Amino acid sequence: MLIKRPADIPTSEITDESVYLSRRRFIQVAAGTALATVGSLVSEPEVHAQQPAPHGRKLATRPSPLSTSEVPNSWTHITTYNNFYEFGTNLHEPAANSRDFRPEPWTITVEGECARKGTLNLEDVLKGETLEDRIYRHRCVEGWSMVIPWVGFPLSSLVKKCEPTSRANFITMTTLYDSSRMPGQRVPVLAWPYVEGLRMDEALHPLTILVVGLYGEVLPNQNGAPLRLVVPWKYGFKSIKSIVKIAFVEKEPINSWKRAASHEYGFYANVNPAVDHPRWSQATERRLPSLFKTMKTLPFNGYGEHVAGLYAGMDPRKLY
Amino acid sequence: MAALVPASLLTQQLITGDLGADPLAEITNRTGLWALRFLTFTLAITPLRRLSGWNDLIRFRRLVGLFAFFYGTLHFGVFVVADRLASLGFASPFSSQILRDLVVSIAIEVYRRPYIAVGFTSWSIMFALALTSTTGMIRRLGGRRWQALHRLVYVGAVAGVVHYWWSVKADVRDPRMYAGVVTVLMAFRIVLWMRRSATSHAQWLGRRAVAGRWPRRPHRSRRA
Repeated sequence: MLIKRPADIPTSEITDESVYLSRRRFIQVAAGTALATVGSLVSEPEVHAQQPAPHGRKLATRPSPLSTSEVPNSWTHITTYNNFYEFGTNLHEPAANSRDFRPEPWTITVEGECARKGTLNLEDVLKGETLEDRIYRHRCVEGWSMVIPWVGFPLSSLVKKCEPTSRANFITMTTLYDSSRMPGQRVPVLAWPYVEGLRMDEALHPLTILVVGLYGEVLPNQNGAPLRLVVPWKYGFKSIKSIVKIAFVEKEPINSWKRAASHEYGFYANVNPAVDHPRWSQATERRLPSLFKTMKTLPFNGYGEHVAGLYAGMDPRKLY
Repeated sequence: MAALVPASLLTQQLITGDLGADPLAEITNRTGLWALRFLTFTLAITPLRRLSGWNDLIRFRRLVGLFAFFYGTLHFGVFVVADRLASLGFASPFSSQILRDLVVSIAIEVYRRPYIAVGFTSWSIMFALALTSTTGMIRRLGGRRWQALHRLVYVGAVAGVVHYWWSVKADVRDPRMYAGVVTVLMAFRIVLWMRRSATSHAQWLGRRAVAGRWPRRPHRSRRA
């Protein structure tokens, strides 16, 4: 005989499988979030040692005493997170949109207050230069930072070759303007071409370099191939990419971001924790890929002992 | 459930490290965008009902609105934890001193930065509307007062768009698109209100003629 006991739980009260599975999923996800958050709080930011670059075009380099001993960010992070509006305004876009860009042949026009005007091939610019590994901190005005192993040589070396006159107080640099090769330039988000400038003493400073490589390899397109500027004590936007023109001028030039929003971006743009961006504090930074703005930003991005003297007597609140 | 996909995807990518070099920016952008998207979805429900005649859509409005609040809260929470609490050196938020410092530091940012102020306005409105979204609260407030309160969603959506617009550096194409969508959705209502007030004005004139006195106030529309 079959004795039927009533079920303990009426079927109407049994949670439908899909519901409890989705509830479990929700709890898993919630727990995962909590764990990930705690994990990244506790662990050191993920950093990578030197690693081979995908294209494998090696450059002959030598180390530099001006390099930091901090561990560089990974090749992947440096080459997939780029503010390079010529290839798209989203920071992930330049890596994809610059894939077909051919940075050769490449010429640089030199003009203005100098004895040696004219057009140089990239090879001429590099002739006689010793390439150095310069591992620099890179601080973006947006509040994040990386450590990047650039390969380059001092800008001063090129400046001296051009023999600037006594009226050359500033140097301006211009990015390639060719929207058929740089699709981002089809959209007028900035007044193209991109222009940046330095005071002559800044341009001649040994920390200021022209960069042709990364991680000992030829510079990837999305990082400003074939030739870009790096000024490590200034916010990243000063370090203009894919340079085609250099001009020596008497008056302070108007750089692109200053033209776009002069209340937010100035000419000097020295990294300064005491001067906020109007929309956010610059006191701290996120050393990528860290999630949190816990790293204290240093005056002149930590290069104060080298460059603070250039700005003696200047009010950084007015000349930001 | 589909509305949780962006959040679970984000969480999964965070755990597997697929958010790229700057996971925080990715999380902030995506949660903010989804908050704004769900806000525009709620605003789209009335026009869709009117145009399609599918009145059942109203049943989804509360849930859609709550999802806007959910993503808005994640977005605001990320700012509170990763920006403000981090700037205090991640002291435990459970001591009252730190909690006070945290609130002060949030208040200072809201006060100092207009784009944060409008974003905070948008979130505060969503918070108030989420709190009063239960059937019990509708009953307690009374339909008309509840509805007047919940019209604040228009302010919340506009503030959300302004927040987005002011937070981008130079490329305003996406914020402009959201501004366009919200403008169309608001224009739809303005047309409705104008039509209705034209009707009620006619009714008012008629009633005035019949009663021979001023009505206390013109007939108010009942639906948004």
